[in-house]
Amino acid sequence: MGSNSLHVLKGINFKAEDGELVAIMGSSGSGKSTLLNILGMLDVADTGEYTLDGVPIKDLSETKAAQYRNKFLGFIFQSFNLINYKSALENVALPLYYQKVGRKERQEKAMSYLEKVGLKEWASHLPSELSGGQKQRVAIARAMAAEPKVLLADEPTGALDSTTSYEVMDLIQKINDEGNTILVVTHEEDIAHMCKRIVHLKDGVIVEDKKIKQVRAQQHV
Amino acid sequence: MFNRDRWREILEVLTSNVGRTILTAFGVCWGIFILIVLLAAGQGFENGIRADFGDIATNTMFMWTRRTTKPYEGLPKDRSFEFKVSDVQAIWDHVPNLRFVSPRNQLGGFQGGGNVIRGIRVGAYNVYGDYPEIINQDPMTVTSGRFINHNDIREKRKVAVIGQGVKSELYEKGEEVLGSYIKIQGVNFMVIGTYKKNSNDGDGEESQKEIFVPFTSFSQAFNRGEEVGWMAITAHDGSSISRLKENIIKVMKERHKVHPEDNRAIGHFDLYEQFNRVESLFVGLKAIAYLVGIMVLLSGIIGVSNIMLIVVKERTKEIGIRRALGEQPWSIKMQILMESIFLTIISGMAGIIFGSLVIYGINSLLDSVGPVDMFINPSVSVGVVSGALVILIVSGLLAGFIPANSAIRVRPIEALRTE
Repeated sequence: MGSNSLHVLKGINFKAEDGELVAIMGSSGSGKSTLLNILGMLDVADTGEYTLDGVPIKDLSETKAAQYRNKFLGFIFQSFNLINYKSALENVALPLYYQKVGRKERQEKAMSYLEKVGLKEWASHLPSELSGGQKQRVAIARAMAAEPKVLLADEPTGALDSTTSYEVMDLIQKINDEGNTILVVTHEEDIAHMCKRIVHLKDGVIVEDKKIKQVRAQQHV
Repeated sequence: MFNRDRWREILEVLTSNVGRTILTAFGVCWGIFILIVLLAAGQGFENGIRADFGDIATNTMFMWTRRTTKPYEGLPKDRSFEFKVSDVQAIWDHVPNLRFVSPRNQLGGFQGGGNVIRGIRVGAYNVYGDYPEIINQDPMTVTSGRFINHNDIREKRKVAVIGQGVKSELYEKGEEVLGSYIKIQGVNFMVIGTYKKNSNDGDGEESQKEIFVPFTSFSQAFNRGEEVGWMAITAHDGSSISRLKENIIKVMKERHKVHPEDNRAIGHFDLYEQFNRVESLFVGLKAIAYLVGIMVLLSGIIGVSNIMLIVVKERTKEIGIRRALGEQPWSIKMQILMESIFLTIISGMAGIIFGSLVIYGINSLLDSVGPVDMFINPSVSVGVVSGALVILIVSGLLAGFIPANSAIRVRPIEALRTE
């Protein structure tokens, strides 16, 4: 808000293919989070086009944006952003609730995703009873629960120690292996190299965009 | 919309800070409590006053003669005059929409000494010469025998209907009353019935000590000739006696050669006007009760609104997360509104229950200490309670409206930035 507008992104031309695992890198203030927010329909670009899975994203009403976010996108945040009075299972089930999936089916689905991230036994625990790595895994399960087209991860390992970071990256790689498209914003070199493509941002423009050889996180665990 | 998850969430939010929730709830609880208690007190007062009026036909006026205060048509002022029996027919002829016109004569009253004798017992009672219709204007229950009828009037029978009070003073317990004779100012009347009046005002006892005899026999026995002491006139329910009385008095003035502007020659008492005055008092009382109650309630509602704003502020991040996950704005709005309505209704119910308990307590206190003047059975009707519930739902909506709107104004991106 505020009366001063600041141009953070100054001409980004970027296209992610189906099944890609892209790291968006850059120092702080380079515009990587802004880019991710625009991709996540949490923010709107002043100008330009954004097409997601063939659907042009523009002039969205809040209601429409909420629908698209729910259907197309899964978010993974640095600070996990779990709802702290809901259990792990309920957190994972939340996007399904907004899709109006029936209670029973919702629970089953959420449970299967929790199982996928290895937290089945923790289903009834509140976020406060989980470690950082576990919270992030719950968040990942939640992001996947709605079976979105794209997973957007904003510094997913930013609040974790390196071992846990690698565990989380391992999980992200596995999800990517199943064919999911994932965008990871990070400023950590090693995390970026666990992706398949690195996009470097500097002062709001892409300075480098290269495909790399993926480093499997498994090796570090 | 009303599923389990939403209810769970409402409860979770409201129980997350129990102390605060209770304090907030207290505002609404107190408001509705005041409203209920004030309305009940007003009702109690109304019941008390209404009981004083008893079953008297309220659309009634009483009219009597006084001295003239203006000379007219060659007649001096300070002239006294009396209504005549023929005036009754004149009123019927000239004024429409009347239900009863009862001429009355009276013996006894304030200065009356012992005027009724039975054997060795003496009593001082009001004795009325009446037409049978009086029982509709000044209702009483005939407990034994019958009331006077038109045959009594026509044949000038010397019969009397006596009150419970007269009976208990002049008769032994269990003694046969009907068919016995009492001597009213030296004239024997046969008792044909007893009555009981059901009013409970100050002169309740007095009103049980009256004797009714046929108007015609009264006139003959006590030498009243064609004179009429006073009249009780009741109009039909559709038309008010207050409007008809001008006409009635005008007719009387013409017949008795009273100056048309002599307002003091004919005295009257308009029961309907009095009753209306009291009626509007009730309306006023009720309005004040609602006003005060709703004002107090309003401050409670503002409290709820305030707390909901704080709750929204506290949950800004959560709301941001939920919107990022795809929750629709209306759903968030609904959530906040329902929390607010739920809180108001629950606390309002507590207020209603609390208020009812207090009313119940007052009632049992009244029962144990006996009747209090002008205050009977304070109560609120089901209608009032359901009205209060409607007020609560509306106020819950109002209280939640601003917070709910501020909740959906939160943009997810900003909400998530809040650390």
